[in-house]
Amino acid sequence: MKARVFVSLKRSVLDPQGKTIHHSLQNLGYGNVEDVRQGKFFEITLDPKISSEQARAEIEKMAKSVLTNPVIEEFRYELEAGEARA
Amino acid sequence: MKFGVLIFPGSNCEHDAYHMVGKVLRQPVEFIWHQSKDLKGCDAIVVPGGFSYGDYLRTGAIARFSPVMEAVRKFAAGGGLVIGICNGFQILLESGLLPGAMLRNKGLKYVCRHVHVRVESAETPFTGSARRGDVLQIPIGHMEGNYFADDETLRQLEDNRQVIFRYCTVDGQITDAANPNGSLANIAGICNEQRNVLGMMPHPERASEAVLGCDDGLVVFQSMVNSLALVATRS
Repeated sequence: MKARVFVSLKRSVLDPQGKTIHHSLQNLGYGNVEDVRQGKFFEITLDPKISSEQARAEIEKMAKSVLTNPVIEEFRYELEAGEARA
Repeated sequence: MKFGVLIFPGSNCEHDAYHMVGKVLRQPVEFIWHQSKDLKGCDAIVVPGGFSYGDYLRTGAIARFSPVMEAVRKFAAGGGLVIGICNGFQILLESGLLPGAMLRNKGLKYVCRHVHVRVESAETPFTGSARRGDVLQIPIGHMEGNYFADDETLRQLEDNRQVIFRYCTVDGQITDAANPNGSLANIAGICNEQRNVLGMMPHPERASEAVLGCDDGLVVFQSMVNSLALVATRS
């Protein structure tokens, strides 16, 4: 079973990298881009025998304790089926 | 007064701190490997700068899981003196020993130069030999030194006088131009509520001898030695 975890800075936290990328895209003529937020992506392979409930519980725990710094970052994830959870 | 200097894979300022404590202040000092589960009876711990674990995931994020950090947590909870410098500050933030987090510098560049910081409180074991309002010239060298905390945390830091150093001009003015990395409220260093754990982005160990061009940083370690000596005479 695979989990895909997306980590990004909280909305309340300024993302200078995202802003810089946004400016670059605008300079290249992508005028429709309204905002860019940069983040991280983790693909985590889990034991296929565990239930999706257990997978969710573990992914949420590791996202809160390791993959993100909750002071500045938030996350969402999806399990292999493509189900997304905040 | 024995100092312990932690070493993580990727630390690179441990010898500077070791030299400063051992050769300049002439205090006993020992290195402590990150796998160590005890602190060798040290009276103060230095978490040095560098790039622990290659800054993987987030700066300081992996180092906090090292066995030695569990010992540091217990030591700090018992009132032991812990100073984190640069990456050491980042490790203390990730460990939850200090509040807040570091963001990438506002200018997105690694900044390596001398800056000025103002001593905001002399009521800590790290600044006891300085005076409030003193301006120290100390170098910085970092990419993630843009201190961030939510409004409530910042309010608590200010109310409890936990902001110990702020970036300032040469004459002690707190201005945006004097802020090298976008840190909230020009914060360069903070302590915990109990005032025995300090984190600072500038490197006092790089500015502790006249031969290095500046010895303003010495007061930080001298304060620690004086504070420990005072505790020793009282007990």
